[in-house]
Amino acid sequence: MKQTTTIDLLHKQYLQRLHKEKKWITFYQILIFISFFLIWEVSSSQKWIDPLIFSSPTKIFHLFVEKLQDGTLLANLNVTLFETVLGFIFGTLFGTLLAALLWWFPRLSKILDPYLVVLNAMPKVALGPIFIVVLGPGFTSIIAMGTIISVIITTIVVYTSFKEVDPNYIKVLQTFGAGKKHVFREAILPSSFPTIISTLKVNVGLSWVGVIVGEFLVSAKGLGYMIIYGFQVFNFTLVLLSLVIIAIFATIMYKIVELIEKTLIKSQ
Amino acid sequence: MSFLTIDHVSHTYFTKKSATTALEDIHLEVEEGEFISFLGPSGCGKTTLLSIIAGIMKPTEGQVILNGKQISSATPSVGYMLQQDYLFPWKTIEENILIGLKLLNKLNENEKKRTFQLLHQMGLENVEKLYPNQLSGGMRQRAALVRTLSTDPKMLLLDEPFSALDYQTKLKLEDLVFQTLKDFKKTAILVTHDIGEAIAMSDRIVLLSKRPGKIAKIFTVPKELRDTSPFKTRQHPTYTSLFDLIWKELDQLETNNNN
Repeated sequence: MKQTTTIDLLHKQYLQRLHKEKKWITFYQILIFISFFLIWEVSSSQKWIDPLIFSSPTKIFHLFVEKLQDGTLLANLNVTLFETVLGFIFGTLFGTLLAALLWWFPRLSKILDPYLVVLNAMPKVALGPIFIVVLGPGFTSIIAMGTIISVIITTIVVYTSFKEVDPNYIKVLQTFGAGKKHVFREAILPSSFPTIISTLKVNVGLSWVGVIVGEFLVSAKGLGYMIIYGFQVFNFTLVLLSLVIIAIFATIMYKIVELIEKTLIKSQ
Repeated sequence: MSFLTIDHVSHTYFTKKSATTALEDIHLEVEEGEFISFLGPSGCGKTTLLSIIAGIMKPTEGQVILNGKQISSATPSVGYMLQQDYLFPWKTIEENILIGLKLLNKLNENEKKRTFQLLHQMGLENVEKLYPNQLSGGMRQRAALVRTLSTDPKMLLLDEPFSALDYQTKLKLEDLVFQTLKDFKKTAILVTHDIGEAIAMSDRIVLLSKRPGKIAKIFTVPKELRDTSPFKTRQHPTYTSLFDLIWKELDQLETNNNN
């Protein structure tokens, strides 16, 4: 009896320590956040840094309200989000499909191997001008950029994971007369889910890069356009506002992917 | 005509640098309901032989005939149990044990009920909705046995199915598998390197030599051992003498090989 009470007590203390630690971490996180903006604001108003280049949080906020009211911010944000989400989905989808194709036809994968290496090594954004000429200076080219930047690396990573599935799982299915289709559906694809999800996380970042660079080049709409426009008219408040918005929405996208990950692989 | 004929099967593996003969002229006739063990050191081509009987691999020479029909691809008549359970970790136990029926398009209420009954007979209650990692090693191997039996195969191939388990679980499972196979009158082929297990479970023991795997000798297990459960067999006086006999044969095979 006495022993259980001491154990209970120790457990309680342990939980308290855990709780306290968590509180401290949150405290420091908030501290960094606040001091970053505070120092930024003060050094800008005191002219320690050039306010023309680095702007200041209040200026950004005023511009934010202004752009929100005239509707241009939401319009541009909409365009960029649409392009990024599509680029991200296409990149992951086509990459996985291509990986499935390579798995299905081993000879094809051997033939294509050197080309995949070259395509992977190549900086995909360099293809931008060609896209714009071929697909026109609109959202199609930009989505193509967001897609191409992640598709090859997705293919390589997912295909590797397809190949690494324990052959004994395949053997189990084969003893029940399973064909390639069944082996793929029952063993190869589900066991590669964790890899596919982790490429999703990488692709979130990559498709933002593709889309923003695409918008730089097309220079008509979107957050990328806001950045390039702000740069050209030397309005760095606009550039920084766009950056802040991008940071927020890229994080939200990443969190959504994390949520998908949790629901998809709850069993493992 | 016997139930299963392994008809002069040979198999050679080819790599860039060499051609390795894993099996050489394996010939054996197995009666229905018989329990055969292939006993041999690692590298005697045991798994290759099972894969050939299961129809997953084609032998370079010879053929396997089951019930008068040549096995050329995987067939539902042959069930295969691997060294480890290989239950799919992302499927529940229910999904795992029904996968065979699903793949063979035989999944209906009746078959489902029969499979669940089998699961309960194996002493697994209320595990249908659990995932494999929530079960112990012995429970998982039992679930794997249910999966193998779910499609009602005529013959079972057991590839050292107890080797990954601890000793106590292994002994218990031996008894369970032995009894289940006898109840359902299944023919079984076990490959193992465990002499005791071979004696405890089988009717005949086929000794394989190493590289290439060849039939070195066939022992018939005496009737008094055949009819008793594996656990009791191990305590039988005849068991020890047979063990010694096989031990000496195996030993000799090894020394012959080394010379």
